[in-house]
Amino acid sequence: MIRPEQGGALRRELIGFAGIVERNMYLIRRFAWWELAWFLYTVANTLTIVFIAKGIEAGGGHLDVNRTTIVLLIGAVIWSYLGLIFEIVTETVAWERWEGTIEYTFMAPISRASHLLGMGAFAVIYGVLRTALLFAVVAASLSVSFGNADFAAAGVVLLISSVSFIGIGMMTAVLPLISPEKGTQLGFIAQGLLLVVSGVYYPVTVLPDWMQWLSVISPATYTLEGCRNAILDGASVSQMWPDIWPLLVIGGIAVPLGLAVFRRGERYAKQHGRLKRSG
Amino acid sequence: MSAVPAVQVHNLRKEFIRRDGGSRKRGRRRRVAALQGLSFTMQQGECLAILGQNGSGKSTLVRLLSTLLINDGGSAHVFGIDVFDKPRSVQRLVNRVSVEASFFKRMSPMENLSYSARFYGMGPRETRSRIPEILALVGFPPERGHEPMEDLSRGMQQKIALARALLTAPVLLLLDEPTTGLDPRSKLEVQDFIRQMREHHDSTILLCTHDMAEAEALADRIGILHQGELLCLESAEEIRQRYHAETLEQAFLNATGRSFEDEDEESRRGVPA
Repeated sequence: MIRPEQGGALRRELIGFAGIVERNMYLIRRFAWWELAWFLYTVANTLTIVFIAKGIEAGGGHLDVNRTTIVLLIGAVIWSYLGLIFEIVTETVAWERWEGTIEYTFMAPISRASHLLGMGAFAVIYGVLRTALLFAVVAASLSVSFGNADFAAAGVVLLISSVSFIGIGMMTAVLPLISPEKGTQLGFIAQGLLLVVSGVYYPVTVLPDWMQWLSVISPATYTLEGCRNAILDGASVSQMWPDIWPLLVIGGIAVPLGLAVFRRGERYAKQHGRLKRSG
Repeated sequence: MSAVPAVQVHNLRKEFIRRDGGSRKRGRRRRVAALQGLSFTMQQGECLAILGQNGSGKSTLVRLLSTLLINDGGSAHVFGIDVFDKPRSVQRLVNRVSVEASFFKRMSPMENLSYSARFYGMGPRETRSRIPEILALVGFPPERGHEPMEDLSRGMQQKIALARALLTAPVLLLLDEPTTGLDPRSKLEVQDFIRQMREHHDSTILLCTHDMAEAEALADRIGILHQGELLCLESAEEIRQRYHAETLEQAFLNATGRSFEDEDEESRRGVPA
């Protein structure tokens, strides 16, 4: 049973959580044209990847163009989604630090869990919408057939995997606190490393043994596999349980670990005076 | 609550690690003391000014009290609550206005105030009525409430910073050079507002400033902070008498051996401003 003071604290945390989502919505609105430009870039980038399948066929190669195109499309779209999650969670910390607002955020009576999960929740809402739009726009420009694709099941896998991505995003979000100049770039390196071992454009079986071991602990491996099973083979949510349970386990570890890492980084920043814009 | 001091600081110490440049070894690390055993007490409703050069430790003190830094020794309590043991409880009581009006510059005053109020548990219904009231109180024209912050003057931005602090009804307000860089008119408006805060809201105010006239006009007691040490803490008149000076500026010079025009302590000591 929740006591009144606990209820009050919970209410405050929920309002704070909503405040983070609200703030990021304002920022997206204020930078709407930049968002559009970035979206067009992502469309162009995704197209350059998915046309590789047709290019190989045109060069005399033999492959299932439809299937390979969808494999590449899913890889590129997941890369974009993961990039957006990392960008929102990591870059917002860097951005706040640059604007100087981070000191006001960090001195506000809101728990770090509400703060970071609020950013994660916004990242997922915005990311899923943007990713769905990207998928639709790119798919519409290609003559590919999706057959009996189960897009809803793919969406479920994406949402479940988002928990893990947010947890990893929290870990990388601490980097701008520790290294204001290069921390954000290190976050993108983490994103790249995550995808290279996860079979973003190829099956993980082609990787060297040590990379295959890393692919087992990468949530992106199961996200890519699950989405491909759902879209290429029409697998339902229950059929994808072998991909879903590792995501649940990794998510269950990644979020508390991400919070702990961020708190540790925050403590370091407070001990060494690193929250300041110029310092 | 009034029986408990608003602020009680005892032997508070803070050090930073700085790297000396210029050598082939790419910098030797050294510890720089920003605050060296600071002790003072503030009563509820009191306005206390801390005078000091850049790097004297003023901002470090404000950051420690606002839970943005962790101490290296000593203690600080706000209304009896330990700042370093229970930061969340202290955060509910404190707000701060700094020399830089830090906002998301592309967002409007309304947007900036709205989201920051959420962090203090204020829902949309509450802020819808409260934000226009506060903006009126600080003399901000309502028709400019939806313009991006970057289109507003420094004075206007600082009014929004005051509004942000007031919106959360802090019982302890930390003002870190709130009028530095403002034109004379904006400066007077901000000072008027600080007086109103004291009169109408019974706020306890810690004002860190360069401006001696401002300190004398607003504060009950004035402290001189020099190289992280509090040299004195008393009324302006008592400081003048103690240092055998006719003006507060002369007293500051006599106390520290330096004037504000001298090289900043910051650049000599490596303490953040």
